[in-house]
Amino acid sequence: MAQVNIRIDGRPIEVEDGSFVLQAAEKLGVEIPTLCYYKYVTPYAACRLCVVEARDQRGRTRVVTSCNYPASEGLEILTHTPRPVAARRTNLEMLMSRCAPLPVLEDLARKLGMGAPRWGHGTDTCILCGLCVRVCDEVVGAQAIGFASRGIARTVTTPFEIDAEACILCGACAAVCPTGHIRMEEPGGREVIHREITLGPNAAITVPFRQAVPNAPRIDPEYCVHFRTGGCKVCAKVCPKECIDHADEGCTEEIEAGAVILATGFQDLDPAPLKQYGYGKLPNVITSMEFERMNNAAGSTDGKIQLESGGEPRAIAILHCIGSRDEKHHPYCSRVCCMYALKFAHLVKEKTAAEVYQLYIDLRAFGKGYEEFFQRILTEGVNVIRGKGAEIVPAPHSRRDEGPLLVRCEDTLAGRFREIPVDMVILCTALEAQKDAKETGRKFGVSVGADGWFIERHPKLGPVSTTTDGVFLAGACQGPKDIPDAVAQGGAAAGQAMSLIIRGEVEMDAACAVIDDAVCSGCRLCNDLCSYGAVSFDAEKKVSIVNAALCKACGTCIAGCPSGAIRGLHFTDGQIYAEIEGILS
Amino acid sequence: MSFEPTLVGFLCTWCSYTGADLAGTARMKYPPNLRVIRVMCSGRVDPNFILEALARGADGVLVCGCHPGDCHYVEGNYKCRRRLPITVKLVEGMGIDPRRVRLEWVSASEASRFTQVVIEFTDEIRALGPLRLEEWAFDHEAADAQLGHNGQSRG
Repeated sequence: MAQVNIRIDGRPIEVEDGSFVLQAAEKLGVEIPTLCYYKYVTPYAACRLCVVEARDQRGRTRVVTSCNYPASEGLEILTHTPRPVAARRTNLEMLMSRCAPLPVLEDLARKLGMGAPRWGHGTDTCILCGLCVRVCDEVVGAQAIGFASRGIARTVTTPFEIDAEACILCGACAAVCPTGHIRMEEPGGREVIHREITLGPNAAITVPFRQAVPNAPRIDPEYCVHFRTGGCKVCAKVCPKECIDHADEGCTEEIEAGAVILATGFQDLDPAPLKQYGYGKLPNVITSMEFERMNNAAGSTDGKIQLESGGEPRAIAILHCIGSRDEKHHPYCSRVCCMYALKFAHLVKEKTAAEVYQLYIDLRAFGKGYEEFFQRILTEGVNVIRGKGAEIVPAPHSRRDEGPLLVRCEDTLAGRFREIPVDMVILCTALEAQKDAKETGRKFGVSVGADGWFIERHPKLGPVSTTTDGVFLAGACQGPKDIPDAVAQGGAAAGQAMSLIIRGEVEMDAACAVIDDAVCSGCRLCNDLCSYGAVSFDAEKKVSIVNAALCKACGTCIAGCPSGAIRGLHFTDGQIYAEIEGILS
Repeated sequence: MSFEPTLVGFLCTWCSYTGADLAGTARMKYPPNLRVIRVMCSGRVDPNFILEALARGADGVLVCGCHPGDCHYVEGNYKCRRRLPITVKLVEGMGIDPRRVRLEWVSASEASRFTQVVIEFTDEIRALGPLRLEEWAFDHEAADAQLGHNGQSRG
């Protein structure tokens, strides 16, 4: 496209022919006030605050809206001459008199040296700039809102003023609304959980956490508008290096490997179904992972332990065994909770003046230095109560000096029922096997136990290997594990995998099937029985042959051979008959 | 003294035998009637083994393998699942109660299921009473000789 030269307040700039004056002013850093302009939607000239004086080559002067006035060769723009400034003031005054006092309008008025509008304030908060409508249409592509009625009745609304099915609740309209007229609200009571309030919103494109590897933003397709409507892609437009490619999706790669280490880890139990704890309903009831996030210096609160309201908690209860050691959920002990719960107590004491209550069934401080740490916690003034937290309820008559949540429990050492008022509750949720562990296990020939954890070859003698050669286990996918144990097992798995690979050759099991050529009738029954394709037919000799490298010695072909021509080394028919004879003699 | 059946179990190495081993290491109790023979896979269980065990004086035969879909050898247990009903029919045709031959799936983690299976099977066979094939005057050696077999040539 052709370039044209224009001047803004006397400063020359070369821009594309037909591009808008406001964009050129932005490039030059010339400030022109506007409320309805957004770079990624078609300019609409609704607020009329961006008026400027334009003088064309023939010397004609007009007052125009700069957001949608096209640049042409020799165009001269004056932004702060008396004519546009007067027009701007009048336009702003009219907006102000239509609306209730709005901070954004008041600020602009102050900048333009104006006082209260001559015609007094109205009550509206919408300036009908249509930015929301254009964003919903052009960027999001949902077309859920539009203008309705005319004249003084004109408003922005959904079709027929009923809940728009087309709305995807992306919040783009609320984000661009210059006056705050549009807000996001959760209908029907409180559903927004703590995570979104203090732990940062679930942004569609974020760096997952500060130490993430690779340390790059990623798009969450669940929240990304583009993946829901096909529109938007604003992130790609703003990225100066053009790094964002929405078409770049996860793909499957085939890797040839000599050994596999399964380290698929655990998942956190979702405490929402345990209604007695009110997770997701009561404010400031959080899981241990959420507390960790808050406590992290790189987290959204910069490591500050705070309530949803932003205040500092005065009392915190830490409830152990949520879903662990519980017949209704997981009978096993999650192993790590006792110690991290004690760590939490220590950190809370270090960072705040809050009272801390630990509610436990049994304290399992089993590792090196763990018991000592527990003793140290006791000296730090943590209230350690033996008794599982039974229920969390909102305090019926909350006193100002007490927390609004009541933790109910039976203090089994004191032998009485207690209700402890606190500001915050941390639920130490159970470690669970990944919900697709069984599927994953099947892919690798590893079976899972009743709790969903992968089963090792032998609980004592083969805690890292599995029943499938070359597949090893590391970490919590095999069972709840703390960091030192997971690191130790990971190291062992890596060592075993290396020793397997480095040798460059695989030791075969001595057991395998062999076919006696003299007896084989060449019926080929065994060829189809083999799951590994180890038995094939030798067309020349007219007998079946076993490829010893492929044979896994399962013996299915041996049992199926009608002529008894196949021998399973180490499990020959003779040996098994002898066993039968022996155990029945 | 009440009748105590003699049972032979063919257990696959990867699931059932490991499950039985786990039952042992966990000190779970199950009747001592079952005598276990380890095979690599339930697919290795030749119908002849079952007949041989019954002929040699077993009152019941239990075959255990991995759960369908979990076979260490991909599909050996499916082969077993096909063969067993035919074997049971054969056994039934000989006049032996078909309940004396049973197929069960026991995974490596199911120690308690294994003990349960053994307890149930033992109770069932105990209720059925002894098989007493020897009273049928079946001369094993003579039958072998007639078929041209001897112990050595088998296998």
